[in-house]
Amino acid sequence: MDLALAPETLARWQFGITTVYHFLFVPLTISLAALTAGLQTAWVRTDNEKYLRATKFWGKLFLINIAMGVVTGIVQEFQFGMNWSDYSRFVGDVFGAPLAFEALIAFFFESTFIGLWIFGWDKLPKKIHLACIWMVSLGTILSTFFILAANSWMQHPVGYRINEERGRAELTDFLKVLTQDTALTQFFHTITAAFLVGGAFMVGISAFHLARKRHIPVMRTSLRVGLVTVVVAGMLTAVSGDTLGKVMFKQQPMKMAAAEALWEGEDGAPFSLFAVGDVAKGHNDVEISIPGVLSFLSDNTFTSHVPGINDINEQLQETYGPGDYRPNIPVAFWSFRWMIGFGMASFGLGLLGLWLTRRKFLLPPALRTGEDEVPHLVLFRNKALSPKFTRLYWITALWTMLFPLIANSWGWIFTEMGRQPWVVFGVFQTRDAVSPGVSQGEVLTSMIGFTALYAILAVIEVKLLVKYVKAGPPELTEADLNPPKRIGGHDEDDADRPMAFSY
Amino acid sequence: MELHDVWFVLIAVLWTGYFFLEGFDFGIGVLTKLLARDRKERRVLINTIGPVWDGNEVWLLSAGGATFAAFPEWYATLFSGFYLPLLIILVCLIVRGVAFEYRAKRPEERWQTNWEHAIFWTSLVPAVLWGVAFGNIVRGVKIDADMEYVGNLWDLLNPYALLGGLVTLFLFTFHGAVFAALKTVGDIRGRARALAVKLGVATAVLALVFLVLTQLDNGDGWSLAALVIAAVSLVGAIGAIAAGREGWSFALSGVTIAATVTMLFLTLFPNVMPSSLNDAWNLTVTNASSSGYTLTIMTWCAGIATPLVLLYQGWTYWVFRKRIGTQHIADPH
Repeated sequence: MDLALAPETLARWQFGITTVYHFLFVPLTISLAALTAGLQTAWVRTDNEKYLRATKFWGKLFLINIAMGVVTGIVQEFQFGMNWSDYSRFVGDVFGAPLAFEALIAFFFESTFIGLWIFGWDKLPKKIHLACIWMVSLGTILSTFFILAANSWMQHPVGYRINEERGRAELTDFLKVLTQDTALTQFFHTITAAFLVGGAFMVGISAFHLARKRHIPVMRTSLRVGLVTVVVAGMLTAVSGDTLGKVMFKQQPMKMAAAEALWEGEDGAPFSLFAVGDVAKGHNDVEISIPGVLSFLSDNTFTSHVPGINDINEQLQETYGPGDYRPNIPVAFWSFRWMIGFGMASFGLGLLGLWLTRRKFLLPPALRTGEDEVPHLVLFRNKALSPKFTRLYWITALWTMLFPLIANSWGWIFTEMGRQPWVVFGVFQTRDAVSPGVSQGEVLTSMIGFTALYAILAVIEVKLLVKYVKAGPPELTEADLNPPKRIGGHDEDDADRPMAFSY
Repeated sequence: MELHDVWFVLIAVLWTGYFFLEGFDFGIGVLTKLLARDRKERRVLINTIGPVWDGNEVWLLSAGGATFAAFPEWYATLFSGFYLPLLIILVCLIVRGVAFEYRAKRPEERWQTNWEHAIFWTSLVPAVLWGVAFGNIVRGVKIDADMEYVGNLWDLLNPYALLGGLVTLFLFTFHGAVFAALKTVGDIRGRARALAVKLGVATAVLALVFLVLTQLDNGDGWSLAALVIAAVSLVGAIGAIAAGREGWSFALSGVTIAATVTMLFLTLFPNVMPSSLNDAWNLTVTNASSSGYTLTIMTWCAGIATPLVLLYQGWTYWVFRKRIGTQHIADPH
């Protein structure tokens, strides 16, 4: 059979397409749920209407986004069985449990309380309604935790034994699966990276409106919230990424070597900024690198030894028998760089933005602005940026809004492709994981079907987002400002009042 | 009763929850064309399930996830074996979820009409396919010694399974019509009752044939008892809705669904997916289940989470207990 269309290749492409696509919605869902909840909390506490308008605005974008996240997530739950039945048979005893926990605990939370939040504006007292969005946020975070525990087990299997008789892995220590350092650092890294996405999204859209001097009070606040989120999350993403790199260096040295295209082991290994490798010959033709940095990333010293791809491949051959244990090196190398590059560019821009829009105590009185004014962007003391540069900043903020999302995608491509040829590192190879009974035609059908459907939905979703972004925060109605005092809505005397929200 | 038997019961409970809840969801989707006379009425119907459909669907994800964890072999054989029908179900559920959320997000006539067509078809098709899938599971399909499904798509489309598909379609639509009568006010409520009676009678005929065939093929005393409960409660549900007792009718149509799922699982036990090629190749609660340790952990999780879920999902229904009529639907925005 043509290798390019082998069921394994197709199944991998399908998994890649559906998972990366699903994960375009996930980080924004995680972060916007919490940020919207934060804005609503500010409204409940201060009664300041700008917070309610901000809640409604970001909440609407959040809902358009989570709808896609939820429906594309259904595929994830079932495609292990569909395309990867031998994987499912082999790991189900271990891998199934966190997935079931995710559904039973996190998904129920998320989807039940989101219904209450969407339709509950005129049915629930203020504080209970607020609690609902926090429950949604908790649901998204729990879901992240369980699914990453499952994924971490694929990166670094622990708490299991191999049952030779049944030919499968069996769980022996569930707590260890949930709390191993791979799971905790991956969780930390994914959550912080998710907030980087939400923060940059808020900054970009606020910049869009502020550049046009529209909806100023709401967008001023949103810009601030977004910038602080970007900076804090960006910093923590870097810290957690560094921790994860060190964990990975110990557990999957091949992945780290591949990330660097470091063919031969070195003391004080360099970090390459750019490299063009010759995979067949096992060395780089062109390379620009900073000495010592890779050693530092792996082990916190600038001099320690980092083993190279060729060394590790030999070691793995000794342990697991003949074979090629190298992942796709160019993909690993570049995805690692794009992840860091896009993520840190966004962090840097956030830091710049936070400085440019700094508040009173760092700003001379003449440059301070009120609630209804677009903030002056002040780079140096006593002088606001010229209109040209101000505009440039707003445009940059808007157009770099998706940088962290791109970084997230490359991060997943890196960590999943960098683990190859293993599906469960050191235990089970990807080529053994596919469904033996599923035909090439079937996989091709579903791959084309999902890709086409997802492409259409992407167009629809983006158009809707653009429409609601442009529309800006809604005007508040009488009903918005008078939430019910009792559960279930207002008294019977106005039983015919239209619902605050209806599909 | 060993743990894998407990889990057999729990999987049945999760499917019962799913068919009970998304059953009326699917029914409402189908009724948008059968019952609603104009856009406003369609919106009334859609909004009866607006706050809850998403939570209802998680019962499916839980049934899937729990099957993966408790019976990995069952999960693997079922979903790789029923590949194309499952693919169609997934596509439907994707489009359906988006349709609910996006339909009212633009005012254009064509946009809304398109999503309404989508809601109808993506409710109808899974309602049929779940019946086809369970018909096949109960009847047995071509499974080889390696637990792999070796039949093709056409093997799944046999008359018995297709009848099962019609049964679930009608049962869910009936259940949905009773739910519509229970949740709406005004003209549509009366029509929902009248339509429910007709749908109920059709369901009764189809379900009786299907369940009796199942009983004759594989039944025992217990499954016969479940069959009788399903039949009696269905007749009761029809009688109650005809008499205008919507709450009773809904409870009884729920019992019908639960008894039907129970009966199918009783005829399965101790198999989870019998092989039509050789009895020795059946997937059973023993050879398809996870280790005792995993099942213990899963039992704790489900034992605590499921009652909580019932509690807070039940609370949701209480929050949204008011009936909806055309007067409650704001003009298109």
